[in-house]
Amino acid sequence: MKELICIVCPKGCHLRVDEENGYKVTGNSCPKGADYGYKELTHPTRVITSTVKIHGGIHHRLPVKTSCDIPKDKIFDVVRLLDNVEVESPVHKGDIVIENILNTGANIIATRNM
Amino acid sequence: MQYDLVVVGGGPAGLAAALSAHENGVNSILIIERDRELGGILNQCIHNGFGLHYFKEELTGPEYALRFIDMLQNTGIDIKLGTMVLDIAEDRTIQAMNSVDGYMMIKTKAIVLAMGCRERTRGAIAIPGDRPSGIFTAGAAQRYLNMEGYMVGKRVLILGSGDIGLIMARRMTLEGAKVLAVVELMPYSNGLNRNIVQCLQDYDIPLYLSHTITDIQGHKRVEKAIVSKVDANRKPIPGTEIEFDCDTILLSVGLIPENELSRGVGIQIDPRTNGPVVFENMETSLEGVFACGNVVHVHDLVDFVTQESMRAGKAAAQYILGDTPNQKNLITVKNGSHVNYTVPQYIRPDHVEKLVEVFFRVDNVYSNMRIVVASGGQELCSFKREHMAPGEMEKIVVPKKFLDEAKQAEITIAVVNQEEAK
Amino acid sequence: MVDVIIIGAGIVGCSLAYELSKYQVQAVVLEKENDVACGTTKANSAIVHAGYDPRPGTLMAKYNVEGNRLIEEIAKKLDVPYKKVGSFVLAFDDTDLATVGTLFDRGRQNGVPDLQILSAKETLAIEPNINPEIKGALYAPSAGIVSPWELAIAMMDTALRNGVSLYTDSQVTAIEKKPDGYEVICGDKRYQSRYVINAAGLYSDQIHNMVSAPAFTVTPNKGEYYLLDKNQGNVVSHVIFQCPSKVGKGVLVSPTVHGNLIVGPNAVDADEKDDVGTTRTGLDFVIKAASRSCDKVNYRQSIRNFAGNRALTEIDDFIIGEAQDAKGFFDIAGIKSPGLTSAPAIAVDMVSMLGAAGLSLVKKEEYIDRREKVTFRDLSPQERAELIKKDSRYGTIICRCETVTEGEIVDAIHSPTAPRSVDAIKRRCNAGMGRCQGGFCGPRVLEILCRELGLDPREIPQDKDGSYIVMGETKTRGGNN
Repeated sequence: MKELICIVCPKGCHLRVDEENGYKVTGNSCPKGADYGYKELTHPTRVITSTVKIHGGIHHRLPVKTSCDIPKDKIFDVVRLLDNVEVESPVHKGDIVIENILNTGANIIATRNM
Repeated sequence: MQYDLVVVGGGPAGLAAALSAHENGVNSILIIERDRELGGILNQCIHNGFGLHYFKEELTGPEYALRFIDMLQNTGIDIKLGTMVLDIAEDRTIQAMNSVDGYMMIKTKAIVLAMGCRERTRGAIAIPGDRPSGIFTAGAAQRYLNMEGYMVGKRVLILGSGDIGLIMARRMTLEGAKVLAVVELMPYSNGLNRNIVQCLQDYDIPLYLSHTITDIQGHKRVEKAIVSKVDANRKPIPGTEIEFDCDTILLSVGLIPENELSRGVGIQIDPRTNGPVVFENMETSLEGVFACGNVVHVHDLVDFVTQESMRAGKAAAQYILGDTPNQKNLITVKNGSHVNYTVPQYIRPDHVEKLVEVFFRVDNVYSNMRIVVASGGQELCSFKREHMAPGEMEKIVVPKKFLDEAKQAEITIAVVNQEEAK
Repeated sequence: MVDVIIIGAGIVGCSLAYELSKYQVQAVVLEKENDVACGTTKANSAIVHAGYDPRPGTLMAKYNVEGNRLIEEIAKKLDVPYKKVGSFVLAFDDTDLATVGTLFDRGRQNGVPDLQILSAKETLAIEPNINPEIKGALYAPSAGIVSPWELAIAMMDTALRNGVSLYTDSQVTAIEKKPDGYEVICGDKRYQSRYVINAAGLYSDQIHNMVSAPAFTVTPNKGEYYLLDKNQGNVVSHVIFQCPSKVGKGVLVSPTVHGNLIVGPNAVDADEKDDVGTTRTGLDFVIKAASRSCDKVNYRQSIRNFAGNRALTEIDDFIIGEAQDAKGFFDIAGIKSPGLTSAPAIAVDMVSMLGAAGLSLVKKEEYIDRREKVTFRDLSPQERAELIKKDSRYGTIICRCETVTEGEIVDAIHSPTAPRSVDAIKRRCNAGMGRCQGGFCGPRVLEILCRELGLDPREIPQDKDGSYIVMGETKTRGGNN
């Protein structure tokens, strides 16, 4: 039995995941919590937010995120790749900055217009 | 210059208030924003976790802001960026300035105050020691990193485990800094549990509860911070000192509503919230002046700021259009046991259609509690809570019928053990 | 070869530079820090003392009253924040009442105008928030408050406009006696002059010993302070002292010229001359001691703590004059309280001493004895409107707490003393002085400094050289880091 705090929403439910019985999750208040409990113990993932360099914008950095969650152990490799990216203004929210980053199936997308 | 409604502040609160006023029939609206763009602090909050309540999906700060900025299209709402309000007079004349329009006197029928809050600094909590560079409020560091694109440090100690502190611990780590620890004065964190997991535990950053920084060393840049354990009275315990070799200290030690304009015009301020005392519709003690968002009380979730600001905008519209009923009765909302403050502080039952939402914070961490609304010693209604913490704003919805039962023109909100007799 | 080298650009060095700039004299000021007013001048009580404290016959007595008069005059001419708010010395018992009597007598001998001994009732009528248990007080209407660093900066600005040269980042490492004067060495730079004035504050003993037999030792004595939000600025309206003790004038509570409240200092030996750290013990002492004068101060409204060091010597007076064994080398040392007040008067006297020693003193015909500076927050709405029309940079507020415009920051950057740190800008136009302590405006000030000076943010320190703010750009991990 493993105890976890659910990070799906701000509520932060205290989950109990039974690894021996098909990762059955208790303590969750919604189905997303059950999914999270299973995933966290089998192949944990996170959505990553960061920035990339932008030229000609109102600021010097453009905020970006992964379009979906990526394996937790790829986080540092992904943010390291972002160091070498430079984009030119204008950029629109949702624009793809890097496609299928590190074969995770996730795109790096802009999270604002700039 | 003349408007029906002027909204001071173009962050999430101001945007929602302006949109709501527009939806409710007001067309002549001006939003005044001091920064170079709309969106307020959301623009530097590039992490996700916003919008789960309001939009039922997880957005980043800039995405959340953009939803509202987009909604402004075709509303005809005027926007003045880079514009500072310097003074508000009792007759609601606003003195504002920018580099394009110069110095402006703006007349308006109603005002929504949505100036947000600022961060408490080292000076506010009087951390002793040297005064080197490298000590930033977490929000200032966040702006440097996420918008200006500058690293503020390599070896970082964070004081305060509120959400901004936790978010910055992860952010600094992802940008290549070593976050040595997050230090929290209280025996519990004021941040959301999910942030402790995904910002600290994910990156093996230790959290020191019941600890504080007792000395800062360094003649030019921070070189060292001394952290001590504190006793139950939050006093440092000698002999428990831990030395951290760090070049940077980030402070996430609380937010203070920015009410210099409100105070200037004589609006009544609640010392518990540091924000204006408000009625059920977010009107302040000055007729026709409404307030919403972090300028009233510091929120944890922008979704609640939006909801509160929508109410303020609607109420401002009703005021402008002359739809406000005459007030006869006035109920004072008082905080009872374990409750630190309430918003609103006053309720006019005649203004309430069906129900009134009351927000408050508790003074400690509790489990299995009951929130009791009472009047004259008599319980009107109650609400169960499994878990309560100072870092999580509570909301209860009180139906109008209970307000009509209130005696002595006051109700008390208290938190008691579930077993306590009804 | 110049006529005079002044070592140190604190309040003394700046006063002397200002005074000398009135004459056809070539003067150079050498300062070890990157800006003027970086030592004790920027960390003290900011009081223009009336002059009843020093014992008659001392140099402190001689210069205090005259300095008090001069500061009022200079502040007006050079646009320096100054207010003649008056001061009280509170008496809590009969011993204190006797002290108050002594101070009254001293003050009269020293020539302090309009001193009065007031009853407790009279005092409380004027200052209702102070301790009602007082037995009486000495009232000195001529006492004032000033911005010490702005006074120093204004005098140096004026001196520079009138031909004096200032070299910052110039720590004096040696002084050599030459046949016709001195050679002052700052690392690989050498400056020759006929006269040298030692105005090195806490380091004046070290400078003195470079040319003369040791005559005094400076022992740094630390004073710690609380600076409180403007919402506490009206708790008292005068400078509130307690009866003086051996080490200082005790803990005071006073409004500042910027509308804040200052409380402090204590008096403890500092570890080092540059040790200006605060301690919990010291700050707690300040609160406790001040509560005797006034317990209405809300310390939750604290916006900053700081400490400064007094330049105490073995001698209970200022040390001013030509060194016995070094002709043409003059000390202005041991300038503890009332040093800030006395500095302009010391400068006037030092110029006469230089004259007596052979320096030719001919007044300049074209002398700029004024300084004008835009302080946006002090203007009327009409004046503000006109100013923005003339220059739109005055239309952008950078520091929200203190209402400081971009125009004022640009003015400060291009002022004669050429500041280049964020705190140096703060000292000139108040940006970052307020309740958020630069949280909002710090990045903007940094950006404007970079733009105006063509520098990279990494090159701009918070204050002293080496107190860098940012460490370089994000997204450069693959590079040199």
